[in-house]
Amino acid sequence: MLQRSFVFLLIAGFALVTSAPLLIAAAPYESTMGLIQKIFYFHVPSWIAMFTAIAVCGVASARYLLTRARTSDRLALSAAELAVVFGLIGLLTGPLWGRKAWGVYWQWDAKLTTALVLWLIFVAYNLLRRFGGPGSERLAAGVAIFGLANVPFVYWSAHIWRTVHPKTSVVMTLGPGMRPAFYWSAFAYLLIFGALLAARVRLEALRASIDDAYLSAEDL
Amino acid sequence: MQATPPGAAPAPPPAQDEFVPISELPANEQLPAAPLLIAAYAVVWIVLAVYVWTLWKRFWRAEQDLKSLASRLPQSR
Repeated sequence: MLQRSFVFLLIAGFALVTSAPLLIAAAPYESTMGLIQKIFYFHVPSWIAMFTAIAVCGVASARYLLTRARTSDRLALSAAELAVVFGLIGLLTGPLWGRKAWGVYWQWDAKLTTALVLWLIFVAYNLLRRFGGPGSERLAAGVAIFGLANVPFVYWSAHIWRTVHPKTSVVMTLGPGMRPAFYWSAFAYLLIFGALLAARVRLEALRASIDDAYLSAEDL
Repeated sequence: MQATPPGAAPAPPPAQDEFVPISELPANEQLPAAPLLIAAYAVVWIVLAVYVWTLWKRFWRAEQDLKSLASRLPQSR
């Protein structure tokens, strides 16, 4: 079952997410967007957690291709699943902000489209692992590295192309009253990500040991 | 001005010929922010709760597999 440390981290992360609205409510209103700007405090940290998950998945996949270490493959699979989870939060909260700020939920502009494609790459990774059969882990590792290579395009798309999405530099220009709420929320998301990743890796290790035990039981 | 014949589509509203700041829009055309903000916060909780539930369920299944394996081992000896 879930180990105590994972449960503790998970509870701590959820406690931080629960307390985040207090800081968010106390944070000053952004002058042009008003109340709806406060979605930023859930939306941006979800992408930070997703990019972290993709970095973990990509590096672990590269290590798996080089060393064939099963631990790296388990880490990559676990991180890819979390990339889809946090990406889904980002893809659902962003349009809710866009509805008020732009008047529409979705625009097929560079930032939004590249973000959706990145998320779909990791959905494909998970489908490949689920239905690809034996050997799919090597192909999936290649997909993960391809996904990691896409991250800079998503991150800088608002700077390179004309897009309705705010630039990523907006985080650095936050007012002093907004920073505690943002950093608190980002820390809470990363804590939840870490706890879920540790639990998911543990599950994969448990499954691997069960598979090994079944094989050795058949040999008896 | 000619009367609209019965069954015909109503005349379109006159074209907008000037910019209207969003803060000056009539109340019925303004979109409230609070429901969207609450929906975004609900999305975070729902997605994370569903994921934690699926994770717990998979752990439970793995434990059942482990128990079933443990019960099979003495029989195979």
